[in-house]
Amino acid sequence: MLLIVVRQIINFASSFFVLSLFTFGIAHLFPEGIDFIFSHNSQSKLLLGTLPINGIENSNIVSVYFQYIGEIIQGNLGQSSVRGTSIFSEFWIYFPATLELSIVALLFAVSIGIPLGILAARLKNKWQDKLIISTTLVGYSMPIFWWAMLLVMLFSLWLGITPVASRIGFEFDILPVTGFMLIDTLLSTQEYSTEAFYSALHHLVLPAIVLGTIPLAVITRSTRSAMISALSGDYILSARARGISKTQEVWKHALRNALIPIITVLGLQVSVLITGSLITETIFSWPGAGKWLLEAVYRRDFPVIHGGILAIASFVIVTHLLLDIVMMFVDPKLRRNA
Amino acid sequence: MNNRLTLFYLFASCQLLVSSCSNNDNTTAVRDNVLVYCSEASPQSFNPQLVTSGPTFDASSRQIYNRLLEFKPGSSYVASSLATHWEISKDGKEYTFFLRKNVEFQSTKYFTPTRSFNADDVLFSFQRQWKKNHPFHSISPLGFRYFESMGLEELISNIIKVNDHQVKFVLNHPEAPFLSTLAMDFASILSAEYAEKLILSGHPESIDIKPIGTGPFQLVRYQADAFIRYRAHPQYWKGKEKLEGLVFAITPDPSLRFARLIAGECDLMAKPLPIHLKAAKSYPILTSLSEPGSNVAYLAMNTSKKPFDDPRVRRAINYAVNKKALLKIVYNNTAEAAKNPIPPNMWSYDSTTKEIPFSLDKAKDLLKSAGYENGFSMDLWAMPVQRTYNPNAIKMAELIQQDLDKINIHSKIVTYEFGTYLEKIRKGEHQTALLGWIGDNGDPDNFFSPLLSCAATKTGNNAAFWCDPKFDEIIHRAGSESDVTLRTQLYREAQQKFSQAMPWVPIAHSRQFILANKRIKNFHLAPTDGMYFSGVWLAPMTEQDKSTDNSNNIQEAQ
Repeated sequence: MLLIVVRQIINFASSFFVLSLFTFGIAHLFPEGIDFIFSHNSQSKLLLGTLPINGIENSNIVSVYFQYIGEIIQGNLGQSSVRGTSIFSEFWIYFPATLELSIVALLFAVSIGIPLGILAARLKNKWQDKLIISTTLVGYSMPIFWWAMLLVMLFSLWLGITPVASRIGFEFDILPVTGFMLIDTLLSTQEYSTEAFYSALHHLVLPAIVLGTIPLAVITRSTRSAMISALSGDYILSARARGISKTQEVWKHALRNALIPIITVLGLQVSVLITGSLITETIFSWPGAGKWLLEAVYRRDFPVIHGGILAIASFVIVTHLLLDIVMMFVDPKLRRNA
Repeated sequence: MNNRLTLFYLFASCQLLVSSCSNNDNTTAVRDNVLVYCSEASPQSFNPQLVTSGPTFDASSRQIYNRLLEFKPGSSYVASSLATHWEISKDGKEYTFFLRKNVEFQSTKYFTPTRSFNADDVLFSFQRQWKKNHPFHSISPLGFRYFESMGLEELISNIIKVNDHQVKFVLNHPEAPFLSTLAMDFASILSAEYAEKLILSGHPESIDIKPIGTGPFQLVRYQADAFIRYRAHPQYWKGKEKLEGLVFAITPDPSLRFARLIAGECDLMAKPLPIHLKAAKSYPILTSLSEPGSNVAYLAMNTSKKPFDDPRVRRAINYAVNKKALLKIVYNNTAEAAKNPIPPNMWSYDSTTKEIPFSLDKAKDLLKSAGYENGFSMDLWAMPVQRTYNPNAIKMAELIQQDLDKINIHSKIVTYEFGTYLEKIRKGEHQTALLGWIGDNGDPDNFFSPLLSCAATKTGNNAAFWCDPKFDEIIHRAGSESDVTLRTQLYREAQQKFSQAMPWVPIAHSRQFILANKRIKNFHLAPTDGMYFSGVWLAPMTEQDKSTDNSNNIQEAQ
């Protein structure tokens, strides 16, 4: 067991190695070069770009790479070329907003997608199944910016039941502690903390639906197909012959087996959520990492682009590592094969 | 089972929507003390000395700081602020300011002042920008562009602290607009005590990021591209603001700003598009505020080239341009026709100068007397970008082209990328060119000197290359005189001279617009294009509020 975890970590290290080579290469293409990573070592920031910093000029590319890795591991991603602030600390201001939104979106997708998928599998080839399948196809192929605008127009502007944008009503002054608005509002000592919590929840509804739409479609479809293949298994047939109830058949026997492919698909949705957050956050003016990165692209703030890519890619790699470990607990086959 | 389950989920998600919005209603009491302004961009810095952009001034100098003098709300007159009164020496070179006592700086998490505002703060704020060896001069890579472009480096000869509440500015030569200059954003007063503390802590750069001023609001929190949160400065010298909080919701997309305004998430939106102004009419809670801007759009005729050296030709073109059509089509009636080089809301504006009406016959007569009865060909330059004073110069050029065709002047429209466009005009390569100007300190000199003086023909900023020695003398005298009555008289004279010579076709002074929720009270749009929230308050959000017309409480167009 320990061996597998170690193997996974080696896997992770090699992914990170490839990623770092990639970002290291990209950083060399930036107009300012890679100096921004090392600038905090220089005596004066004003001299940046005019002096060879940290002796880089005399060293070869390999040793620069190792210095670069050293800096990255210490959490130094350099400074924003526009604002001059530390990118690492900026990332931790914006990223929790994205994470919070993604988690809620994923919860939305899972809590609706899995039951829908099971329903479709149970009613295979009936009209309900066909309706679900064609709806998910629409959901999957719909451009999310369009979907977002449609929802905003309907629910926010026409019906007026959801907010248009941002994380929380601006009347609430919430001190960022964890960066997760739902938690911070509860931690807040202001007398309006309960109202603030509901406001934060309220603001999450539309963006989470928008961001969760594609994962919802994918999860529904993969649940359906996994369930269909699980339900046609011999063990289900024999269990049925033993006279178990429908509920037991579906929830206890079939779903457990179907979960494995579903979790794999879920893992893949992490990167979908991150890419989707770029658009969702822009439309809902959600101050998350996606919007942060997009603004950096508009401003050609290369150090931020570099740091953002590195941090987000590392996050995706880490999630996959964790998911792989989870999978081993869920799937006995994986344990045995290792 | 499965159907039941699905139903449950549907029900649960509906419940979430409903419960959270019903809760939203309870919070209106808090909301009544917090004004939310949907602004268009993040500030570049929180120090107004370093920048020239409007959103940065809105976020810094206009809420956090005060200046020695200030513009009276909604006008270009200067009034006392941190200086209670001032004395100007007879030769116009020495300005002594008497500083207000008991003005407190803001106390925040990062700084607690131990003394009130005094002369040291004034000295610090100006010397930082003025003296190259000042410890705070080179802290920021942004530089002091405004200070330099106003020519203050050369103008100021000395700044003397007479005593704790008296500061004397010694100038190298008399300069009448100096008082207006001191009311401008970059002349904001920072805390010298805070600066000393920052030097000791080794983080002098914080002075531009974590501001401390004497103004009505103090910074609480800022998240780039998301929001700026302020709260009322409890010891503000004019008295604490009625608003508890002020939030700038940074929303670069104009349509999203508009959507937030309709949904009531914002009380005020910056820079609405014409389409929003039209759409806003169908929402009873919204009101559109407008104010004549401090700007002018004009067609400059290069008087150094034939046939524009002939005043009759210039006059003929003035007769032939149908300004009404331009106002309607290009500006969508959001501008007023111009006849003088300065806008009507500026002091010394001469309303008696004769407006040249649209008359093709008169134009033809004038051309005939000048010897051009068969017309001529010329080029007509138009900038490719939208400007405050001109939303669509190319379209305007096309309309002028059609007008001029009727008096046999055939024009060719020429355009370049905006930077190149201005550069080529400076070199005088054009015959006629569409241009504009936005005044920034509310002084008429800010229009006359850079646009129409003889000196400006050398820099090329005087795009008509029109140099009339008599006119030049008048504006020079007006510029160095400090008596406002006399200056007004001189500028009126200058406008008369201008309207006789007509080196331009003055086209329009465009209005600036803002959309606001009707519950905003006592808000004034500044003619120098800025948002000041001091003195503003919000009426409670009630149903009645939505139906009654409160526009009387808001300063409407003058």
